[in-house]
Amino acid sequence: MPKDSGIGASPKRREDVRFLTGAGNYTDDINVAGQAYVHFLRSDVAHARIKGIDTSAAAGMPGVVKIFTGADFEGVGGLPCGWQVTDRHGEPMQEPPHPILAQGKVRHVGDPIAAVVADTYEQARDAAEAIEVDLEELPAIVDMKAALADGAPKLHDDLTSNLCYDWVLGETDDAVVQKAFDEADHVTTLELTNQRLVANPMEPRVAVGEYKRGTDEYTLYTTSQNPHVIRLLMCAFVLGLPEHKVRVVAPDVGGGFGTKIFHYAEEAFCTFAAKACNRPVKWTASRTEAFMSDAQGRDHVTKIELAMDKDNNFTALRTNTLANMGAYLSTFSSSVPTWLHGTLMAGNYKTPCIQVNVKAVFTSTVPVDAYRGAGRPEATFQIERVIDKAARERGVDPIKLRRQNFITEFPYDTPVALTYDTGDYNGTMDKLEAAADIAGFAARRAESEKNGKLRGLGINCYIEACGIAPSNIVGMLGARAGLYDAATVRVNATGSISVMVGAHSHGQGHETAFPQVVAEMIGIDESQVEIVHGDTSKIPFGMGTYGSRSLAVCGSAMVRATEKVINKAKKIAAHLMEASEADIELKDGMFSVAGTDKSVAWGDVTLTAYVPHNFPLEEIEPGLEETAFYDPANFTYPAGAYACEVEVDPETGKVTIERFAAADDFGNIINPMIVDGQVHGGIGQGIGQALLEGCVYDENGQLLSGSYMDYAMPRADDVPFYTVDHSSQTPCTHNPLGVKGCGEAGAIGSPPAVVNAVIDALQSGGKNVTHIDMPLSPGRVWAAMNG
Amino acid sequence: MPQVSMTVNGKATSGDVEGRTLLSAYLRDHLGMTGTHVGCDTSQCGACVVHVNGEAVKSCTMFAAEADGATVDTIEGQANADGSLNVIQQAFQDHHGLQCGFCTPGMVMSAAALLKENPKPTEQEVRDYLEGNLCRCTGYHNIVKAILAASGQDVGAIAAE
Ligand code: FES
Ligand code: FES
Repeated sequence: MPKDSGIGASPKRREDVRFLTGAGNYTDDINVAGQAYVHFLRSDVAHARIKGIDTSAAAGMPGVVKIFTGADFEGVGGLPCGWQVTDRHGEPMQEPPHPILAQGKVRHVGDPIAAVVADTYEQARDAAEAIEVDLEELPAIVDMKAALADGAPKLHDDLTSNLCYDWVLGETDDAVVQKAFDEADHVTTLELTNQRLVANPMEPRVAVGEYKRGTDEYTLYTTSQNPHVIRLLMCAFVLGLPEHKVRVVAPDVGGGFGTKIFHYAEEAFCTFAAKACNRPVKWTASRTEAFMSDAQGRDHVTKIELAMDKDNNFTALRTNTLANMGAYLSTFSSSVPTWLHGTLMAGNYKTPCIQVNVKAVFTSTVPVDAYRGAGRPEATFQIERVIDKAARERGVDPIKLRRQNFITEFPYDTPVALTYDTGDYNGTMDKLEAAADIAGFAARRAESEKNGKLRGLGINCYIEACGIAPSNIVGMLGARAGLYDAATVRVNATGSISVMVGAHSHGQGHETAFPQVVAEMIGIDESQVEIVHGDTSKIPFGMGTYGSRSLAVCGSAMVRATEKVINKAKKIAAHLMEASEADIELKDGMFSVAGTDKSVAWGDVTLTAYVPHNFPLEEIEPGLEETAFYDPANFTYPAGAYACEVEVDPETGKVTIERFAAADDFGNIINPMIVDGQVHGGIGQGIGQALLEGCVYDENGQLLSGSYMDYAMPRADDVPFYTVDHSSQTPCTHNPLGVKGCGEAGAIGSPPAVVNAVIDALQSGGKNVTHIDMPLSPGRVWAAMNG
Repeated sequence: MPQVSMTVNGKATSGDVEGRTLLSAYLRDHLGMTGTHVGCDTSQCGACVVHVNGEAVKSCTMFAAEADGATVDTIEGQANADGSLNVIQQAFQDHHGLQCGFCTPGMVMSAAALLKENPKPTEQEVRDYLEGNLCRCTGYHNIVKAILAASGQDVGAIAAE
């Protein structure tokens, strides 16, 4: 019987009621009395020197409050990068400045040149059109290989080249790696692209800055996944403001997927301009602006080589990747192709020798940073595609080849710096084989063939490092932040509880799932527990939500704080019942003395805490409120196996997803309904990447996919119902809930399954196609079949 | 500036708007009814769907002046008279048909229009009808399931859970 409350139950989401009735409070729903509006004049060329900006005509236009250019921000810091990568020679990465408004040069289409603040949005936009900018166009830098060629034009004049870093992980001695390849019985090689994507949360970014002269206090309302991170970066690195004078609020946020982690120029601008204009300043991105200013994702070009012995054991893996950084280093950009990608190149397999080389490159395109999965989808795609190709070359079953090479003993130290604490990859594959009805595939293929369609089955595994992250480890690796999280459990006198958390919910359902944990620990009704998040003036300093960390890291802090509350409450209960604290038991919201019939209810203890007439005041303080900061001991390692079945129309190349099954091991699960939903959403995005999406620049650096007319988002009729199984559960060994995180799995695990399935379909039709780069549009598939 | 009047969720409203003011902007900025969302500027996402004289319309594609005299229904007016969720809203909650909630007003309004036109749609009909509504969170699984459930069909056999 499924539980109806507490850990493991699927109560209906409480946040849904406001979202379903139009009562949500998203940032664009916030309007502050007297607010002005800002419109950013953005570069329409990829690379140019700014020779002059004439704002005189615009300044006189109706409603204009003030016009800003780069010159207004000369005394102000630029947007910082939060992770310093050290290259293969021990040198720090090249780190160019990233001004709020362009200074001297523009470096991508969308780079903001000037900002017009006016009484209405329309007036701001009209005035921006009257600004004259004298640009001397410079050569666009789009192709990564060309950007690294000798004599290539430089994007940042003060850097030595367009190379951000040249980084190696795993076996650093090239000769050792080469020897492993020389001794191999077989080597499979694959060159592939993990195309650039746009995260596209349905809510565009918004910022509202407010300044109160009377108290010298700022408030920034913003569409963020991590309000404290924004406050810290903006105060300490950009504007030089005292943190205690700045409040950052991220209210209901309409999806993030990584792109709302980062600190953006518009946030700092609205905060700065609110004081400069002495008026609240609001900015709402149009979708067109989002396409040219939200940090984008992926964009890797890779050569991967897999060496095997005569028995098909993997003996070595070598990858060379070019990773596009875009024009500037966005907040976590540098860590994505390195510590979130290279470290995952062992996958689920016991390959003894691995070398990962990544060269990160500046180009005159929108900055690239974490997008759902962030580095791990890129790693998974390479590994699982090359294994599939190897299985075909060796004539072995792709599931069998994977099983043969699975890591089966834990903890396992990979050659690429991680220690997997636990997992059961064979058990999870068993679940997949059942969930996907692999046994029935041959019959389904025959049926498709009868209808003139090619049917393919694609399998892959994935592993991810989540629960980001142990601060001491990431500090050693170059992170400029800690990655703990925090929770305050505030028990009210009447026994209800407010839990203030550093994690931020922008679709994940924390308001429902987190109370399930606290309520179960105490034994009270979930309705008595409320989650507060998204406002630095209310919550403790936590690092927010990304990297599938909310429950594993912030949830652990919440457990620790709740334990502290329970411990103190037991002291109070012991005092009330004149018993020894060691004898106090808490069950179903009642404190009792072991071996007696004495008991006192949760509500009586909480009331006593706040009305301490009969209270051990000499031993403990009144009140019942505790905070815990939790820093994880290791990453968590969700892993899974996915299966996709496609039909390919040989006449048109059109791919239809017929079946999709996912078996994931997330460790313990608090709310299965929410976990299923997270996996569904990830698969939807992964299918989008595999079949539809792609962010494209032409050779002049013009963004060709700048709207939903050119960037194909997955729609309801592009995807099937999914089968999701998470009954394979090896609990995380190092956090109190045994949870691993589930938010990114679907997006990591699904693209290779789709591509493997399409290749399988084409091969079944006698086409010798071994790879097609994503997105697998009908045109590309048709060309591959007929090429 | 021209004046427009329209009945929104049964209440008479009016306001002075510029000729270029969109219906979505009239609802959000003039009436403060922020349940209707704006997710794009090319009429493709459907976050802004409302009903104008009973027909589903993307409110970002219509000028407020064009809706002068019309009857407009928005997400804010969908709950039952006692404030409880209506059948479609309830099905979305029961089947976890929303995550961040941003696409949700448009989804619910589109679903209502679909079920009015086609009270027992097939899965494919639901998917086809939602062609103009983007959701980035759910992979559509639970949205389609919720709409089938709202139409009174048994969704117990649908995968997952
Ligand atoms: S706002 Fe996107 S269709 Fe109307
Ligand atoms: S629930 Fe977030 S876009 Fe649909």
